[in-house]
Amino acid sequence: MLQKAYPLIGRTLIAPHTHSFSIDCPDMAALARPGQFVHVRLPGFLLRRPISVCQITQDGLRIVVEERGAGTEEMARLGSGDLIDLLGPLGNGFLTEAPHRRAVLVGGGIGTPPLLPLAEHYHKAEVFLGFRSADRAILTEDFEAAGATVTLATEDGSAGHHGYVTEPLEQHLARHGADVLYACGPEPMLKAVQALAAKYHVTAYLSLEARMACGVGACLGCAVPILTAEGVVYRHVCKDGPVFPAEEVVL
Amino acid sequence: MKVDMRVNIAGVTFKNPVITASGCYGFGGDYTDFYPLSRLGGVCLKGTTLEPRQGNPPPRIAETPMGMLNSVGLQNPGGHAFVTEELPRLTGCGTVLIANAAGSSIESYVGLVELLEGTAIDMIELNISCPNVKEGGMAFGATCEGAARVVRAVRGRTTKPLMVKLSPNVTDIVSIAKACEAEGADAISLINTLLGMRIDIKTRRPVLNQVMGGLSGPAVFPVALRMVWQVAGAVSVPVVGLGGIEKWQDAVEMMMAGAAAVQVGTASFYDVYAPVRIIEGMEAYLEREGFGAASQLTGIARK
Repeated sequence: MLQKAYPLIGRTLIAPHTHSFSIDCPDMAALARPGQFVHVRLPGFLLRRPISVCQITQDGLRIVVEERGAGTEEMARLGSGDLIDLLGPLGNGFLTEAPHRRAVLVGGGIGTPPLLPLAEHYHKAEVFLGFRSADRAILTEDFEAAGATVTLATEDGSAGHHGYVTEPLEQHLARHGADVLYACGPEPMLKAVQALAAKYHVTAYLSLEARMACGVGACLGCAVPILTAEGVVYRHVCKDGPVFPAEEVVL
Repeated sequence: MKVDMRVNIAGVTFKNPVITASGCYGFGGDYTDFYPLSRLGGVCLKGTTLEPRQGNPPPRIAETPMGMLNSVGLQNPGGHAFVTEELPRLTGCGTVLIANAAGSSIESYVGLVELLEGTAIDMIELNISCPNVKEGGMAFGATCEGAARVVRAVRGRTTKPLMVKLSPNVTDIVSIAKACEAEGADAISLINTLLGMRIDIKTRRPVLNQVMGGLSGPAVFPVALRMVWQVAGAVSVPVVGLGGIEKWQDAVEMMMAGAAAVQVGTASFYDVYAPVRIIEGMEAYLEREGFGAASQLTGIARK
């Protein structure tokens, strides 16, 4: 873990109110694994914002941020050359299997970015991405560039499948099955994915989010209920997660 | 000349006056990637109860202007796991270890401090001020009689130095501090969090599942400073000041108000190096200003 201010190399608007940041942080990138997150400190705000890692290169990290509140709006004002104070990499990230295994990735909205490193890990990932509308779709070309097959779904039908992403996902699982499945997105989507993984007997992992303070396991703020041998207990998104086996997540 | 940073509280020597606050530092293992525990004057470990506690349902955290609310609710593995699993990890860590002991009844406080006898714990901080639990906690700390009952019961059952952590959510904190002192408290620490709340205007519901939570962070510093000033003027045992300290200047102010040492809590959440920066900043200040010892700061603003 490191805490440092790093230079932003660039910010790109990739969808309305959604920004992609490239950060010059080779030392932090060298420690990062898919599914981990960085904790971003912003001027004028007390608590850091947890943001998942979208890409890991030798030179640094890429993160994608949607403006959702005052903190992320402040972040959207940062530009090339500005310094960004990061704590990270945090969390455990995704457990990965051998690259030839048949992996299915399911992303909903701003839950999509942490899945991209998995598309780079697996040779031919099947990726299902759901957005509200065509203009909100992000990273589809990045997934394709990583060698993945992308199936798009939009709630308003403006691109791809008209409806929820879990519908084409179920068709795929029914026809082809999968060795391992990873999902990140809104809670109703995660709940549906969890049910499908159980129905089609696929090992699955869900990446969760929670209101968070420290990011390192000290404050016990980001509690989520998790099913264990001793019953349901609170685990913490920052230190025990953000990724949990799907069958253990209580949604 | 090198400044003597040591302070003595209830017979325990701290290598410097900066202690990490309970609830903000886990059981001491979460920040060791950044600096060794031996840099700190002391560590107040996560609030522990005799029996394990699950804590409150989420959301447990809300941001506020220059502060935050929490309603963690004393999630902890219980006294037995604390002694057998957490404490052994801390052997030889080179700093003063303070157990934060909480309870829901007099018997549970007593049971816990008895478990701590003969352990490596250097001092007990009696938590009669947690605002996030339904029974005990702040209920004991809200009145002189309640505070006196717990301190009296515990005092008779522990040989460890006993510090009592007070709640600011009271009408007269001075009388409660005096009641604790009269029952044999060796030191007083204050303040725990201030009770607060927030509402999410999009969902039209309180942000915290438990509606109310404890406010901490720089927003509470002036309130904490005022209460430390009042209590330090009324008791003769050492006072440890906490509440919103994020910079060395805050720590110096707190000691000038009468604190023998300070605790740093929420600041670690946004700057992991905050406790170390405070130690270094205070030492440089003392050297610049010609102080021979950190302890000379205590109460200097009262003279």
